[in-house]
Amino acid sequence: MKLPFEQVVAEHGDTVLRVCRAVVGVDDAEDAWAETFLSALRAYPDLPADANVQAWLVTIAHRKAIDIARLRRRQGGSLDDLPERPSQPGVPGAVDFDLWEAVGALPLKQRQAVAYHYLAGLPYAEVAALTGGSPEAARKAASDGIRSLRGTFATTTNRET
Amino acid sequence: MHTPHDDHGIAVLLDRTPASPDDLARLHRRLEQASQQAGLLDIAYRTLDTPVGVLLLAATAQGLVRIAYDREGHDAVLAALAERVSPRILRAPARLDQAARELDQYFARTRTVFDLPLDFRLAHGFRRVVQQYLPAIGYGQTRSYAQVAEQVGKPRAVRAVGSACATNALPIVAPCHRVIRADGTAGEYVGGAEAKAYLLGLEAA
Repeated sequence: MKLPFEQVVAEHGDTVLRVCRAVVGVDDAEDAWAETFLSALRAYPDLPADANVQAWLVTIAHRKAIDIARLRRRQGGSLDDLPERPSQPGVPGAVDFDLWEAVGALPLKQRQAVAYHYLAGLPYAEVAALTGGSPEAARKAASDGIRSLRGTFATTTNRET
Repeated sequence: MHTPHDDHGIAVLLDRTPASPDDLARLHRRLEQASQQAGLLDIAYRTLDTPVGVLLLAATAQGLVRIAYDREGHDAVLAALAERVSPRILRAPARLDQAARELDQYFARTRTVFDLPLDFRLAHGFRRVVQQYLPAIGYGQTRSYAQVAEQVGKPRAVRAVGSACATNALPIVAPCHRVIRADGTAGEYVGGAEAKAYLLGLEAA
């Protein structure tokens, strides 16, 4: 039996938005989210009843992120270098914002591996199926990404104290 | 030491950095509009506070397809719609604006006739015939089950009229509350006896 799509949005909307922020950056995340859920709504009646809905949504989000990357390349940018945003010191929630900025500074493969494994909970084999390469490479990309984030935060904290 | 200083801490921080409710509400509205424009919003719904409780209103592109009382269980009703009509269902109030306005007016006693497109697809055969006949019973009037059976040309189908009313997917706008027992007592109702008494009292006032 298939749940009303509203429940899919309610249950997974947050995770998919965070995955989008990590992979395409905060500026393009809402476009990616909207495209992902519209595509998902279109295909939803044909989704097998026992499918892993979150993994399915992440797969769609992954494809939408690639579409956005192509669009950005045509516009002269690259998804590997997300645009820098002005930091907002002293603004409530600025810590979260810096986190997304730090994630945005990672290479694409690391952003994808961190997002799909740590945010969406996909096992490395499924991460690898999306991004190409071996599960071991996906594991390495995720762990390199997390190590790099740790470095960024250590620096930030040291600077501030 | 801050927790973000180890791998696990960063992962936890990522995982606990939720999107704000405002962001998600804005994205939800965007999805409502985009799905409507793309012709993918098979069923839109909202709830409405009324004197007979919180009603669920659901509409297809053809019209209002379901009004459900609280006691029916709104989640169960939506699950049934997903099964019987389509799972492409979103909470999307815009399509229900007119229905909500007319129901508000009805409960404020400034409206006696509903002017809404109705989608009777949930009913079949004789039940559908009966439910489509119901709006012909005017505001403030009542009919017995036997009279309705006669009106739809099946004078012996009194019990079937009763089950048609009991399974009415569009109560209030297809006014099954105006169908009562031959002895003048209200009889059963999909929204409960109390709701039926309230509606009959509202219209009699």
